[in-house]
Amino acid sequence: MSKTKTKRKSRKKKFERVDGRKADELRPVTIETGVIPNADGSAYIEMGRNKIIAAVYGPREMHPKRLSKPNKGVLRVRYHMAPFSVDPRRSPAPSRRDTEIGMVMTDAIEPALFLERYPRSVIDVYVEIIQADGGTRCASVNAAAVALVDAGIPMKDLVASCAAGKMDGHIVLDLGDYEDKKGEADVPVAYMPKLEEVTLLQMDGILSTKETEEAISMAIEGCKQVYEIQREALKKKYGMADDDAEPDEETSEEAEKEAEAEKE
Amino acid sequence: MSNNIVSRLKRKKIEEVLEAGTRMDGRGLMDYREFQVKTDFLEKSEGSAEVKLGKTHVVVGVKAGLGTPFEDTPDAGVLMCNAEYTPVAHQTWEPGPPPHGAIELARVVDRGLRSAEILDMKELALVSGKKVYIIFVDLYVLNWDGNLIDACGVGALAALKNAGIPGYKVSKNDEVSETGKTKKLKLRCEPIPITIYKIDKHFILDATADEEEVADGRLTVTLDEKGNVTTLQKSGPVGFTVDELKKCINIATEKAAEIRSHAVASE
Repeated sequence: MSKTKTKRKSRKKKFERVDGRKADELRPVTIETGVIPNADGSAYIEMGRNKIIAAVYGPREMHPKRLSKPNKGVLRVRYHMAPFSVDPRRSPAPSRRDTEIGMVMTDAIEPALFLERYPRSVIDVYVEIIQADGGTRCASVNAAAVALVDAGIPMKDLVASCAAGKMDGHIVLDLGDYEDKKGEADVPVAYMPKLEEVTLLQMDGILSTKETEEAISMAIEGCKQVYEIQREALKKKYGMADDDAEPDEETSEEAEKEAEAEKE
Repeated sequence: MSNNIVSRLKRKKIEEVLEAGTRMDGRGLMDYREFQVKTDFLEKSEGSAEVKLGKTHVVVGVKAGLGTPFEDTPDAGVLMCNAEYTPVAHQTWEPGPPPHGAIELARVVDRGLRSAEILDMKELALVSGKKVYIIFVDLYVLNWDGNLIDACGVGALAALKNAGIPGYKVSKNDEVSETGKTKKLKLRCEPIPITIYKIDKHFILDATADEEEVADGRLTVTLDEKGNVTTLQKSGPVGFTVDELKKCINIATEKAAEIRSHAVASE
């Protein structure tokens, strides 16, 4: 796929994305586990310029008690954006958007858990958006899933998430902030690659049914790539690294020790 | 899915009936209950619609006012959807801050309208960065018997279709004054949400409260009259395979025209 350097969109020229990525290329993703020593599990993700921390507390006693369930545990996800994460500053009070994203994230992650093992308990997942750059809910799901593994909570599969959308008439993967705002459509998807199930699916914009299906397939392929990155991040900490893997960084070793100490 | 024993028994019964290809109330899996849509029955709101879908009963009111635009869109009017779960609607609904369901309902219906670009927002701007029309669509649930998204979607479209907003003129020094006339809202398309509920391996439309309570999850597909998808919303702690998603989108595509006719033919 050859590319021209022109920024202007033109029908004759090859389609080019704002940041020069290929249509089906993810933004750079890095994930680090064990970043919050006090939490039972945590993860930090950078997905493009998104910077997001997820921390897991639990399974623990539910508060308030009336929200607990007698025969299974409850997963509670709180999505929250820092006031300085976007321009202009936003109020730190939870918005309707935050509430809805918390809901769909809960629905996205719950199918991977064995909640029947934790009657009357709650697993709290707190997600803080430190910097937002489009696709925060997907990046948040990715961080939350890794944080849950880090907390030692058994899971049927990891949940990986990535969006696809439409920009200047092209179906593209993993929209950045600009594409999210200017594009024609955005389709965030979360996927469990082993179980082959889509657990989060939203869309807004205008797409034909064919384009919708195309976007979902492309997003799933993106999820599979993210899945590998999530696995690498976990291997790095939990010592199942391949022989040719790089040695652990100092920071993650430290975090590991601290996390171990905290669990006692 | 709810967890008390009654709802687990309910689920067993509902599944048995679905297995036989029918519903507790005798409907087919893809059948809606009877729609009754009445529009323009309120005098003080700019547009209104009352939708009865079986025992589900919602009232949609459209109010238009003036306000300041959002900072990032100084030349666009504002369209806003809000949902109210009133305590009259069900024995378990209480007064207080909106529950998660109400927020999701408002946002899914809202996205359905806005991402389909149902109104030309530029036309609703009066003075750049200072004065624009703000159109509120309030979804008021009076009785809950399931499938609120579809009922409210039909109601919102019907109410907007019949809404007449007050006219304003802008003087040279950007002062805005009422003209005393009303003008019809120009709708650019007719988006309609179709919600498909998943109960085990079965897919059904227009779930009742009982069916909704025991369902594993649902997928809402909003389609405009050209057959374009404008909103998707998966909800509930369950996964869908890609084939299931395609099946749901097909079901919605087939059903949309029929459901849209209830909102459009109601003038």
